[in-house]
Amino acid sequence: MNATASPAGASKIDWPAAIHRQFKSWDVRQVAHVPDAGHKRLIELCQADNAIAVVPLTTEEEGVALLAGAALGGQRGALLMQSSGVGNCVNMLSLPRVCRLPLLMVVTMRGEWGEFNPWQVPMGRNTEAVLELCNVLCFRADSPAEVEPTLEAAARMAFEGPQATAVLLAQKLIGAKSFVK
Amino acid sequence: MTQHLQRAAAYPLRRRAVVKRLLDGRPELLVVAGLGAPAWDCTAAGDRDLTFPLWGAMGGAVSIGLGLALAQPSRRVLVITGDGEMLMGIGSLATVAVKAPANLAIVVLDNERYGETGGQATHTSGPAELSALARAAGIARSSVVSDDVARAAAMPALFDQPGPVFLTVKVRAEDLPLVLPPKDGTELRTRFRRALGMT
Repeated sequence: MNATASPAGASKIDWPAAIHRQFKSWDVRQVAHVPDAGHKRLIELCQADNAIAVVPLTTEEEGVALLAGAALGGQRGALLMQSSGVGNCVNMLSLPRVCRLPLLMVVTMRGEWGEFNPWQVPMGRNTEAVLELCNVLCFRADSPAEVEPTLEAAARMAFEGPQATAVLLAQKLIGAKSFVK
Repeated sequence: MTQHLQRAAAYPLRRRAVVKRLLDGRPELLVVAGLGAPAWDCTAAGDRDLTFPLWGAMGGAVSIGLGLALAQPSRRVLVITGDGEMLMGIGSLATVAVKAPANLAIVVLDNERYGETGGQATHTSGPAELSALARAAGIARSSVVSDDVARAAAMPALFDQPGPVFLTVKVRAEDLPLVLPPKDGTELRTRFRRALGMT
């Protein structure tokens, strides 16, 4: 279930560590997540970091609300999910919009590149459009080298805006999931 | 169902008096008020900068309280919300239990109906009981009260016991005058943060 195949081949760039490094440089203190295999290593890096409260969620919109509360209390956060979770967030995204609160989302894409599961395709193909409709600025990273600068750009616009932003980590970057071991 | 709806019309506890008892004399408390009647109740008790009343984001009140509690561990955070709002975000109770913030308390004012939309029955007018759900989610300090003696006995734990603490207050279903908080989200956010010493 965890086997992945990256079309780009093995990369020397440790992009989950790059995201964690950006979290540190932006003083991110709460990381909420509904996991995807693509976020596995980043979640582990955050869990090993005593300065970050890692909050597992039952559904993604909890994370939008959680990070609004964090911002009210003076802490920065990030919300990790896969693209299917974006649909769960739609109404809750009114909160950062109406209250002008920062929100940084990091979304692993499914359903866009070599996806084996057709049930992932409808939301995956509409993720960016849905986010833009909800006033969330999207930034895509298609290769390992793009991840850190993309994260930095999105974090800057989220926290210095304040504004809701999302980094979309392409399925091409993560590797298409397969159930073949 | 009609029988169950009539049940709440006879509950002795009145929501405005309950909320006033929660908020009076506690200017330091950080409050998140769920949309609809709980937000009006909090405003009726006295609009305050450190109350963040919601006009939307249904199902998010407890999660907002959790993020706030994690960010402000030295301050007591109280979420005051309704049964319909709590049911929509019921999974957030399991998330609260996982993080177990010692400074978070949650009060649900349960009138067993959606009061803002025509009084339709919520699931709590039937077999669902929120404090049992909270306990099953992992919040051990969880109870339900339906009269003033029990209310008075349960209330101190919201403020002086290690959280998370969850309390359902069964309140009378009644139509009350609207007492509305500011509606501008940026104003609510700015005044809250300023009162906490932030810009």
